[in-house]
Formats: sequence, C-alpha cells, structure tokens
Amino acid sequence: MKKPLIELKDVSFQYEYTQALKNISLRVNEGDFLALIGQNGSGKSTLLKLILGLLKPMSGEIKLFGEQANHFKHREWIGYVSQKSNAFNSGFPATVEEVVKSGLSQKVGLFKRYPKDADFLVKGALKDVGMEKFLKRNIGQLSGGQQQRVFIARALVADPKLLILDEPTVGIDRENVQAFYDMLAHLNKHHNMTMILVTHDVDTVSDRVSHVACLNQSIHFHGYKNDFDTISEEQIASWNGHSVRKIH
Amino acid sequence: MIEAILNYEFLQNAFFSGLVIGVIAPLLGVFIVVRRLSLIADALSHVTLAGIAGSLYLSQSFATLALLNPIYLGIIASVSGSVLIERLRRLYKHYEELAIPIIMSGGIGVSAILISLASGFNTDLMSYLFGSVSAVSRQDLYVVLAIAVVVVLFLILFFKELFVLSFDEEYAKASGLPAKWIHLLFMIVVALVIAASMRIVGILLVSSLMTLPVAAAMRLARGFKEAIILAIVFGELAVVIGLVSAFYLNLAPGGTIVVTSILILLLVILIKKLVLKFSIKTEGEEVL
Repeated sequence: MKKPLIELKDVSFQYEYTQALKNISLRVNEGDFLALIGQNGSGKSTLLKLILGLLKPMSGEIKLFGEQANHFKHREWIGYVSQKSNAFNSGFPATVEEVVKSGLSQKVGLFKRYPKDADFLVKGALKDVGMEKFLKRNIGQLSGGQQQRVFIARALVADPKLLILDEPTVGIDRENVQAFYDMLAHLNKHHNMTMILVTHDVDTVSDRVSHVACLNQSIHFHGYKNDFDTISEEQIASWNGHSVRKIH
Repeated sequence: MIEAILNYEFLQNAFFSGLVIGVIAPLLGVFIVVRRLSLIADALSHVTLAGIAGSLYLSQSFATLALLNPIYLGIIASVSGSVLIERLRRLYKHYEELAIPIIMSGGIGVSAILISLASGFNTDLMSYLFGSVSAVSRQDLYVVLAIAVVVVLFLILFFKELFVLSFDEEYAKASGLPAKWIHLLFMIVVALVIAASMRIVGILLVSSLMTLPVAAAMRLARGFKEAIILAIVFGELAVVIGLVSAFYLNLAPGGTIVVTSILILLLVILIKKLVLKFSIKTEGEEVL
C-alpha cells in the first residue's frame, strides 16, 4: 500500500462570514499526480493554505507525512509554487540563480550559509525545467512561462517529496501548456515526486495527471483520472456551477 | 581636508561616522526599497525626532540629565516606533499603509509639543534635523560603530531569509520561515540605523540615504548582490562628496549628501538612457 503524504479528515474552515470548506476528507499518496479543480471561490486556496500551515482548521485533522500538521517540522519536504501573478514584483533586482538558490533556505536552516554544492544544485534544478541557459538573467526580464519554470526550479532545488503548484498554467501560452505538463509528468515519474496541481480551469487538466479531485466547499469527486473521464461534462458543471469542457 | 581630519577630533568623528553610515544605510535600504517600505523609514525618522526633542527637553528641565546624549532617547523612540508600526500593520491588515501616517503624525505631534516645552528650536536641535559636521561626538561615533556591528551580524545571520521574505512573502511563510519574527527584528534594526544616521544626515533626510543610492543601483543591477554593492558604492560616494562640500562650503551635511545622492541618481538615469539609445541604434544599423 502506498504511503499517504497528505491526509485530511473532516476538515472544515470558515472565514468571518463565509464557510470556505466543509467536511473535507482527502488522501494524497506517494507518487500521485493529483489535479485539484474547482471554480474561483471554491476553497482551493484555503485548502492549500491549510495544507501549508498558513491557516488552522476550525475542525478536523490534517496529517502531513503521517505527522499532525501543527507538529510537522520538515517543511522543506514540501515544495510550493504559488500563483505567479501575486507572488513577486517583476522589478525586483534578482538573477534567476539567486531566486532558485533561495529555495534551499528552509532546508539549510536558520543562521547557516548555503552549502558549497548550492551552485551545483541550482544548475541541476534549472536543467530539470529547461532553464539552465538563463542562470545570470534578471528574473523580471523573462516571459511569464519562463518565470513559472524558474519558480518550479526554486521548489525543486531542495529536492522536495511533494510539489504543490497553485494555478501554474496561468501566464503560459496555450500551446506551451502541454510541454509544461510533460515536464511535470517527467518529474513525477523519474523523480518519484508527488504532485498536487491546483487549477480553476478543467480544460487545462491533461491526461498526464493520475488523480482528480473536484472541490466546491466540499469534495464532489476524488478518484483516478480514467474514472473522472467517464463523468459527463454536465455533472462536473453542476459541481462547479458553470459549464466545462474536458480535454482528453 | 585630510590634514584637517588628522588634526581635529570632531572631523574624525564626522568622517568615520559618515563612512560607516554610507555602508549600513544603503545596505539595509536595499531590503527596505524592494519590500516597498521606503515610507516606513520616514515615519521612523519622525518618531526619532520625538525622542531627540524629549531628551533636549529633559536636559533643559533636569540638571542631572544635562549631559544625557539625545541619541539614546532617539534610539528608544525609533525602536518603539518600529514595534508600534508592526502592531498597527497587523491591526489594519487590509490597510497596512495606515500605520505610516499614524506613526509619522504622532512623531511630529509629540516633537512639536516637546520643542514648545523646551522653548523652541535651538542650534542643537537644528543639527539633529539637518545633520552637522561639527556636532558628532566621539560617543556618537562609538554608538554608530556598535549599531553597524549589530546590522552586519543581523545580515550575516538572516541574509538568505530576508531575501526570501523580500522576494516572495507568501512563499517564505509557506516554507515555514518565521516571517513575523524576522520582519520585527528587521524593523528594529532599521530603527537603529535611522537613529545612528541622524547625526550626520539629519532626521528629516535620513531615509534618503536609505533609498536614493538604492534607486540608482536598481537602474543598473541585474542581481540582488550587485544591487547591494552598487548601493553601497553610491552611498559612500554621496557621503564623502557631501561631507567634503559641507566642510568647505559651511553647509548642513544632510543637504549636501542628499543633493549629491540625487545628482548620482540623475547621472545614472541619464547614462542608462544613453546606453540603451546607443545599443538600440547599433542594433538597428546592424539589421539594416
């Protein structure tokens, strides 16, 4: 049986006046490539924040790598790629190398300098995302898709066991989305990296993912991608609250 | 000038304090600018003024406090201001910038009351407002050196965390960084640097030494470390040229340092524009 990396049991969360999540139970196993889909306001970001420890659940239990989330110390095992649009200021004077190296910060720990092999690790991570030629370039001079690859390299450099990507295809040209998924699938298969990909757009969920979860305050579906493909677009639309078009 | 520095202690104090401040102010300034906190430095400098005015008032009112160096109350006010700003920013989560006018006007208000109580401006207070070459004591120099050691230690210990926090706060928090505590420490160190810089640049102009060299550096730098090095070079240039001209022209060093910083910034903007124009023209000719 595969080892569970994330386990949520009856997790609920409420903002001041709005119920964001209700009785969420979800299990993500080692090696899974999960697409978590839901419309805007469905609670995706709240769920991510709960998993990442940025919010505490009102009720229920969250376990990370078998440990209670509030006692979990190995944050470096979780790589996180936030939504590019609200993540950074494009005028920031930083090279690609500096940005990727900063991904080692948590692994290295407080009061310690980067290790001697940090440059080697940075180059390796950039190679994994096909950005090794851009090492000395200013991050603000890159295209949206290239920046997103750099952010993935920043998450990969610490060699995480789990990679969480929040709306990673935003800012990437339609024609490059498939290549992007190919890269993620390569990391999932060859680096045995468990992935959670969060998106509001059902259209962008490709065959590369192994599992799909549909969220709209509660989980409406969680299962294999093949099973998800048998569900009608109308059914998904009723969960989502608007029409959808699946790609196969 | 070199001969004068060798002969007069007050010039040694001013010159060495200036050189140290020329490094630490832009060094922290890079983090302040990229984190869009430039105005917070201004607010803190105004709170420092309240501490200075308070100290001058106390030294007038109580004979036992006549020898109290105003820099100490300035430091206490500045650090308290930084902690208060953080509390206000957390209280007004969606309007964080509200903390700046609250603290700034509070600082000026208290200063105005204390200055009135101390029977108005005197030359000592004027030197705190706009800096002075002659007013820096040996004790001030030691305080500046001690604060410089704190700044360098802080940056050695937290450089990588400060970079992560400055570049992408959400990512920093998600990766388990103690963002709140590092930010609070950062604000306290900023407050210390502001208090340290006021003798040379003056309270009203201190934030400019943290922002103008950085503004020039950011026009040229590709990377973060490059921006830090350039900001320090521009900061030192401004301090040295500013102090020398203040000495020879008998002007307030705060004014000369800031005007030099602005001239450096304008020069950098102009050179960058010319280089860009030239490179576009060359590329165009190559295409033809």
